Amino acid sequence: MSDITKQSLTELVENIKNKKLSSTDVTKAFIDRSVKSEELNAYITNDFTSALDKAKKFDQKPNLNLKLPGIPMAVKDLFCTKDIKTTAGSKILNNFVPTYESTVTKNIWNEGAILLGKLNCDEFAMGSSNETSFFGNVQSPIDKNLVPGGSSGGSASAVAGQLTPVTIGTDTGGSIRQPASFTGIVGLKPTYGSCSRYGIVAFASSLDQAGPMAQNVKDCALLHEVISSYDSKDSTSIDFKRNHYSKELTNNIKGKKIGIPKEYRVDGMPKEIEDLWQKGIQYVKDCGAETIDISLPNTSYALPTYYIVAPAEASSNLARYDGVKYGFRAKGENLIDMYEKTRSEGFGAEVQRRIMIGTYVLSSGYYDAYYLKAQKVRKLIKNDFDEAYKKVDAILTPSTPSSAFKIGEKTNDPVSMYLNDIFTVPVNLAGLPGISIPAGHDSKGYPLGLQIIGKAFDEQNILNIAYAMEEKINFKNKITDWWIK
Amino acid sequence: MSIDLKTIKHISKLARISVDEQRAEKLAGDLNSIFEFIEKLNELKTDNVEPLTSIAETTLKLRSDEVKSKNIREQIIKNSPQDNEDYFVVPKVIE
Repeated sequence: MSDITKQSLTELVENIKNKKLSSTDVTKAFIDRSVKSEELNAYITNDFTSALDKAKKFDQKPNLNLKLPGIPMAVKDLFCTKDIKTTAGSKILNNFVPTYESTVTKNIWNEGAILLGKLNCDEFAMGSSNETSFFGNVQSPIDKNLVPGGSSGGSASAVAGQLTPVTIGTDTGGSIRQPASFTGIVGLKPTYGSCSRYGIVAFASSLDQAGPMAQNVKDCALLHEVISSYDSKDSTSIDFKRNHYSKELTNNIKGKKIGIPKEYRVDGMPKEIEDLWQKGIQYVKDCGAETIDISLPNTSYALPTYYIVAPAEASSNLARYDGVKYGFRAKGENLIDMYEKTRSEGFGAEVQRRIMIGTYVLSSGYYDAYYLKAQKVRKLIKNDFDEAYKKVDAILTPSTPSSAFKIGEKTNDPVSMYLNDIFTVPVNLAGLPGISIPAGHDSKGYPLGLQIIGKAFDEQNILNIAYAMEEKINFKNKITDWWIK
Repeated sequence: MSIDLKTIKHISKLARISVDEQRAEKLAGDLNSIFEFIEKLNELKTDNVEPLTSIAETTLKLRSDEVKSKNIREQIIKNSPQDNEDYFVVPKVIE
């Protein structure tokens, strides 16, 4: 089979279970393609040699009852992997080799998957274009010099470019859904507390969630089912009954009420996005669902709120990088000088900017004006959703206000970069699940995504709606393999 | 509101990030445009709103107070930039 890397996760699992393919066949195919795809810069660290060994071992004694039997998988370099370098895209962690495994990746390996390597991302997941990584830009498989989105840019590029069958990313303000939208794949940000944060390099603890990224909704559901678990090692992990999301997946969404929030019709939004949204509305209607106009009145305050809450939490979380216990250390004349030089040389510009914002809003005299204010507005934003969910089962919006942009286009203007996340950030602030599915192309042929937002813990419902829509949309990603010589 | 160079110097001290003049000026410009954007929140009246302090509306679970990780000193200092096998080493603090 020459087209192994074109197969979906579901197909690969089936073919391994039916013994039409071995884990070695599949692992080799993805390694070969990954090696040919260096120009995408999707990997920070590869573990190909050991992946092949593990695949051979699996084939000698295959356990075909597992959910991911012998499936190779690369993961975002924000997940700590035991004995494999984990950098978070930062110079400050360039030499960090964890002595423990994140719960989410542990769940994946326990179901039989095999680590291919660690994928590039924005430094500490702070960015919307994968341009803040210490390890350089990631290229989009859609077009040369196009950003794949961020912060899970390497993850998006690797799935869309077929370097890995599926992957996991993390989403603090849109870091799974925005790159998924930019590269024509599916990305799910689960409910806060659904997937353990243990062993994930922390950015903003009240917003961070791990989630699956895949070629299609069914693959996404399967991977979500593997990674979502209660974990006593994460104090905000929530103990609720989790579904067999892939088994219970159905395209029957008849009678579902889907809210269309008028506040997502923002000034200056390209007509292509509006048209795509209208098409989406028609698709859900064609599936037998009902759409209802709703209002989320505080939507426009979400981004300013996020840019207080997230940097505040980041400044506190990143205080641990002091050059003492792990990571990069710069030489200093004394202890304080060592701290200051380590952090100045070890963190990139965007991370420093956010630490500075966070430090400022938490500093004496400004706490009430900024941080407390933001927490209050965050409550209003959550109330908006609570109110809406009295009338509807889910909400349909565009995923991003534009398609992907060129590398370098927005790096000099942080605010214009932040505006990318205008439709995804409210979901994190309210702790809700959201999924982005590819829904069309713009005039340049770049993918565009639609987002379905659900009630807390209602992943099954948004997966079902996405599944039904996917069938109607029949999206075909235009991957030309431009980077393969 | 405007963030001046003096404020940048003050924040950088609090954040323990050394910043030279050139960086400080760039940061002042960036932070001013970001805070201009953040000021939008002042349009909202929030006097009677309870702040949202935790998104997961659960109380923290209790656990028994017992040691679970034993003898992991080696693991803990494994990644330190400088150690003497037993301790993290830092520049001299006491003369």
